Parts: sequence; C-alpha cells; structure tokens
Amino acid sequence: MATNPLPPKARTAIPRQHMPEQEAAERAHNFSEVNLGFNFDITKQEALRCLACANPKCTDGCPVGVKVKDFIELILKGDYLAAAAKVREDDVLPAITGRVCPQEDQCEGACIMSKKFGPVGIGYLERFVADYERQTGKIGLPQNAPPTGKKVAIVGSGPAGLSAAGDLIQKGHNVRVFEALHEIGGVLVYGIPEFRLPKEIVRQEVENMKKMGVEFETNVVVGKTVTVDELLNEEGYSAVLVATGAGLPQFLGVPGEDLCGVYSANEFLTRVNLMKAYKFPEYDEPIYDCRGKNVAVVGGGNTAMDAIRSALRLGAKNAYVIYRRSETEMPARVEEVKHAKEEGIQFLLLNNPVEFLGDDRGWLRAASVIKMELGPADESGRRRPVPIKGSEYELPLDVAVIAVGTSSNPLVQSTTPDLKTRKGGYIEANTDTLKTSKPGVFAAGDIVTGGATVILAMGAGRKAAKAIDDYLCTGTW
Amino acid sequence: METQPFKIVEVRFLAPDVKLFRILAPRIARKQQPGQFVILRVHENGERIPLTIAESNPTDGTVTIIVQGIGKTTKHLNTLNAGDTILDVVGPLGKASHIEKFGTCVVIGGGVGTAIAYPTAKALHQAGNHVIAIIGGRTKQLVILENEAREVSDELFITTDDGSYGTKGLVIDPLKKMIADGRKIDLVLAIGPIPMMRAVAEVTRPLGIKTVVSLNPIMVDGTGMCGGCRVHVGGKSQFACVDGPEFDAHQVDFAGLTKRNALYRDMEKHSLVEFEQHRCKLSEAK
Ligand SMILES: Cc1cc2nc3c(=O)[nH]c(=O)nc-3n(C[C@H](O)[C@H](O)[C@H](O)COP(=O)(O)OP(=O)(O)OC[C@H]3O[C@@H](n4cnc5c(N)ncnc54)[C@H](O)[C@@H]3O)c2cc1C
Ligand code: FES
Repeated sequence: MATNPLPPKARTAIPRQHMPEQEAAERAHNFSEVNLGFNFDITKQEALRCLACANPKCTDGCPVGVKVKDFIELILKGDYLAAAAKVREDDVLPAITGRVCPQEDQCEGACIMSKKFGPVGIGYLERFVADYERQTGKIGLPQNAPPTGKKVAIVGSGPAGLSAAGDLIQKGHNVRVFEALHEIGGVLVYGIPEFRLPKEIVRQEVENMKKMGVEFETNVVVGKTVTVDELLNEEGYSAVLVATGAGLPQFLGVPGEDLCGVYSANEFLTRVNLMKAYKFPEYDEPIYDCRGKNVAVVGGGNTAMDAIRSALRLGAKNAYVIYRRSETEMPARVEEVKHAKEEGIQFLLLNNPVEFLGDDRGWLRAASVIKMELGPADESGRRRPVPIKGSEYELPLDVAVIAVGTSSNPLVQSTTPDLKTRKGGYIEANTDTLKTSKPGVFAAGDIVTGGATVILAMGAGRKAAKAIDDYLCTGTW
Repeated sequence: METQPFKIVEVRFLAPDVKLFRILAPRIARKQQPGQFVILRVHENGERIPLTIAESNPTDGTVTIIVQGIGKTTKHLNTLNAGDTILDVVGPLGKASHIEKFGTCVVIGGGVGTAIAYPTAKALHQAGNHVIAIIGGRTKQLVILENEAREVSDELFITTDDGSYGTKGLVIDPLKKMIADGRKIDLVLAIGPIPMMRAVAEVTRPLGIKTVVSLNPIMVDGTGMCGGCRVHVGGKSQFACVDGPEFDAHQVDFAGLTKRNALYRDMEKHSLVEFEQHRCKLSEAK
C-alpha cells in the first residue's frame, strides 16, 4: 500500500494509542462522555499501525463486514469524509458502534496485531471518522430511488428497526417506524447512558433519517394500539418488520425482591436516561436518591456496568457489582469494566445474593450474599459457579439493581396468532431472509436472537431490509 | 415526531381538583376496552403517569380521562384547558376487564375510583348484569359522576364520610349491609384508595364472593419493560401494566402494595413544592 509510508516493522513499533478520557475522579460525578475521542495526530499514529493485510481478518471478525483496511487507508490519505462513507457502506450507525461495539471480540479481536502488539484501535478510528463527519455536517445522505408506492411498517426503533428504515427508504419505499416509548432509539436512548453514548448522536442519526423521508410515530404499542394484522389489512402496509428487542426484565426470584429500593436495571436506567432522573427536580421523574447510599448491581454485563456507574454518578457512597462468576466470565465490554474500576466501583466477584432484607417500612436494608466457587464447565463452556456452604454474609444496601438479563416482550406475538415463536417467546425467523412464519412479516434484532449487541441488531435489520425489498419488488413470499 | 398532537377538546371540573378531559387520540379511541388505561406525559420534562380511560368515542376519535390533582403532574394537568395539547399519550394499555353475565354485581367507587370503575360498570350493565353501584367520597363535593353511575346501574348508593350527601359512612357500609341481609352477590368490583380496596377484600373473603380490584402502582413504560409496577398477587410477582390492572382481590398482597406506593412519596413531594412555588411566582408575575 502506497499510502502508509512505514515498513511493517516500524508500524508494529508504534504503541497502541490511548483514548483520551475524562479523569476518573471527575467523571465519577458527571454524566458527560468518558472517552473524549482521538485528535488528528493520534488518529494518524493509530492508523499507521495497520499492516493492511492482504487477507484482513478484521473484516471477517466484524458482524457486518466493515472494510476496515480500506477506511484506514482513506484516513491515511487524510480523506476523513470518504473514510466515514466507506464505513457507512456496511455500518449505518458508525458513531454509535464506534462507541459501544465489543471490538475486543470482533474486529480488534481478529486483528493480526492483537496478540503481540495490541490490536489496531479500529473502534476508536471508526468513532473518529464518524464524529468528524457529524461535526462537519457533511453527511452525504444517499439519494432515494424513485418512489415504489409500497408501504413498510417497522415496529420498534432500536438499531435493528432504524437500520432497516434507513435502507428501505433508499429503495424508494414509504417507511413508517412505530415506537412504544416517547423517544426514538430503543436501548440506545433508554438503556445506554449519556456518559457512554451521548443522546445527541442518536438524535442526529434519527434526524438524518427524517430528512431522507422516514416517518416516525411514537406512543404506539403494537399489539395494543394497533395490531400487526391491522397494519397489513387496514392501514395498507405491504410488509411489517418486528424489531421490538428483548426488553422484559428478568429477576432473580429470591425473597425480598419486591422490597422498595430493588429495581430492575431497565427501570433504573430508563428513569436515569429517558426520564432524565439525574436532572431531578428540573425533570419530574422521581428516582430514589443515591447520595451517600450503598448501591449494588447484580450481574456482570454491560447493563450492570451502566447501571452501577450511573448510581455512582448519582452520588452513591459505595457502589458494588455483585457477580456470581469471576472476571474472565464477565460479558461486559472490557473497556467498561476498566472504566468502572478506575471510577471506584467495587467488584464482589464470585458472590451471589440469596435474599434481600428489609426494614419494617418495607425498604431494602441489606442483602444476604453467599460466596461462590467455580466448578466444572457447563453447556455454555463457562465454568459453573457453585455456592460455598455457610459462607453467607450481610451486605448493607439501600438500593439494589437487578441486571441479570432480559427476555422477549410478548405483546406483538400474543396478538399475532400465526407468528411462530421458539423457546422463550422469541420470534422464529429465517437466518438469511428474516422471514417469519407469517407472510409479509419479518423480524430482526434481539426479538429473534435474544439480548445480543447493537451491531448484530443493525446487521439483522439490514438483512431484513434487503429481503423486504425483494419481497416488495417480486411480490413472492 | 410526526405523531399528531394529542389535543384537548373538552374540559370540565367534576369536583374541586377533579377534572375531566376529552382528548383527541383516534388510535386509542378505536381500540379501548373497559378497564384499560393510558400513560401520558404532559411536557418535555414531565414524568409518565397512568390514567384510566373513562370513556372513548371511536367516531370522533376522543378518549375521556378524569384526573384528580394530587401530585405535581396531575396538578399541572389540571391547569390545562381545551385547545391545549398533551405531549404524549400512549395506550390503550393493560388487560380489558373480564365482562360476562355474572348475575348481581356490586361496583364500588371511592373518590376518583368512581371514574375508573365507571366504564367497567357500564359494560357489566350492558352485558345484562344487575348492577348495584356504590359511590362515595369524603364530602359532597368529592362525589363524582353521580348521573353517569345512575345510568349504568339498577341501584345506586351514595355515601360521604361527613354525611354531607347520601348516607353518612363509608362506601363499604352498604356492601356490608347487603351481605348481612343475605343478598346474593356474584361479583364485587372495588376501585379506590388502597385501604378501601383492602377492606372490601376482607369483607368478601370469608364468603368467597369473587372480588376484583384495579391496582395503580407506579408505572414507567406501561408495556412490561421496567417491572416498576410489579405487585405481589397469588404469591407471584406480576406486572400491573400488562397482567393487570385488575386482579383477584383475595390474592393481592395489599401490605406490600402500600409500601411500594410510598416509595416515591418524598421525592414527589419535593417536586410538588417546586411546582407550586413556580406557579405562585407565575401568578405574581401576572
Ligand atoms: C443497558 C444496556 C447496555 C448495552 N450495552 C451494549 C454495548 O455496549 N454494546 C452493544 O453492542 N450492545 C449493548 N447492549 C445490547 C444492545 O443495546 C441490544 O442488543 C440492541 O439494542 C438490540 O437492538 P434491537 O433493535 O433489536 O432492540 P432495542 O434496542 O431493544 O429496541 C426495541 C424497541 O422496540 C420498542 N418496542 C418494543 N415493543 C414494542 C411494541 N409492541 N410496539 C412498538 N414498539 C415496541 C422498544 O420500546 C424499543 O424502543 C446493551 C443493552 C442494554 C440494555
Ligand atoms: S410499567 Fe414498566 S413494566 Fe409495568
């Protein structure tokens, strides 16, 4: 490659560049973004590290096959807008995925540099070009194809629904997105907090889609306000994409979980993010005051990290993560765990609450926690945690947040009788076409796979868009 | 958003602090069934609160809600007038009331509970039940929907705590008397403050009279997504917004419900004080 002037040895000699961040002590008290983003110099240094492999593993590692080598090449040419456009060919929400993808398991995990020298900071570079594009305001919105006169309804406005909407509008179809909540974005707005993904970025993406002609209707709970059959038969939609996510909170099922002060992560995060509880009393939504309190989250995923780091920012004195396995098994992004530790979150690994204890007013006062050890591996290949008899202890707590996963919301399925579901109530859909058992109805994202990732939901949304376009053009199911 | 604004087309005070709103919400009006509710958000910085749909008109696309101004949001809501708009209205949420021909049904509404009970009473009446309505309030001014209740019932009892209207006493008293008189009752629907519903449940429990209450825990989304509305019913955790709001009164853990509802009281009070101060300042400025 001509653009990179350095021989391979010199490239590997450049250390992986650090992401500038807000100081841990400072950011633990505010909701501003933790990562500040690369500047031009750091970006160039990092881009120079790319070996431009003939057979790039990073692209294979990416669930949507972003042409990493090509966009890095464009960065080195200094053509950041072209680089962003290159990413957008495969990833329509680069400013978002650049921030929230688990890169260590995907592109960067596959990067040939990762073993010896540390992977190329692909996520950081992606974020840089996407931010550059956004800040210059020069997002090259693609031209829509001539109108086809066909209408597509999309149910749910998370990454799966949004990416499908973006693709379908370009094909000339009429696209309307129905969302149950009052804001567009799904988990991107109600789940992932401001300090990790500024809502302004999501808002901008939604604005772009509106400019392209996508219509949004909030406050519509499909299954209640209108059914899938009504959309197809009465409102004239030729196809419906169900992208309703996996929003139902799971609880532990231990005694005391209904005490005041015990929340699902969804409730806690929704109040903090969507209802801006952190701005109380400027905003109305009351949330239990964390100031000076002992707060624990139960779980080890991104949701758990987001909840506990939010609690810390709301003033928690002690903020704990209670996780029943060890750190190696934690599903959260590596960067989130690192940030959480720096901010002073205390990790109680190989610990598990067996009961929540209340005071006489029905408020949480403590958790009874048991210690665990790792036994033999289970079906998932992870070592199964087993309780150590007699190791229970009491952990004083004022707030507990349960973040042990979610399951499917049945509202659409239960009101669409001919829609086949599989175990857990998830919708059955063909892996390539995302067609469901019901003609004209497609499904994508977490509602098909169970709780996964933004990029997988986005990839599925795009696949569905392609299949929907085929269906609308050919008329054959 | 490209959603049409939820315009208020009619307002009317039913009692001091109790206001009726007719709101343009065609999608909801078309689908609403008795027992269902909406969640609304008045303005950009507002909280989301659940309110039962008292009535809907699919033809003109309006839904009617009745609001008692107690918290910050409901008080603010009650300052709105015809022509104003409400930012978000979503629904109809929750399961519809189970309606069939039971026989004799006693429908009890305490305070604004009457507004919540009204649509179900009407449906029970239409289904051919003998409906006995008992409505009441602390004092005469707080007895609402008397005419409406009369229309959808075969017998109507009115009680006030202070005796300023109807019979002096509690809404539960006429029920107790009917039971003492040995009247056959097939279903009791009780909607109102938690202590009232709890008392009704205790009265009917020994006789095994099927009793239904409508619960109003704190809610956020109303779609089963947050679990903030969970109530203990029949030893299980249930989500009032999707599994309810109506439940078998004899299975409800009322003690737990009382505590959970107290959860946000302190914060809510703070919010209310702010609002009232703000309102005072506004009126001073005028
Ligand atoms: C707190 C949290 C942190 C996360 N962090 C990360 C991360 O760092 N990286 C990552 O890759 N992934 C992360 N994830 C996972 C990721 O967000 C999801 O996998 C992804 O958002 C799924 O997208 P989706 O479009 O399928 O559904 P969602 O984003 O869940 O969107 C579904 C939308 O549909 C709406 N809806 C539901 N039912 C109805 C209905 N009946 N009618 C109308 N609308 C309806 C919902 O309100 C919602 O807006 C996180 C998840 C959570 C909860
Ligand atoms: S209000 Fe959120 S689950 Fe019921």
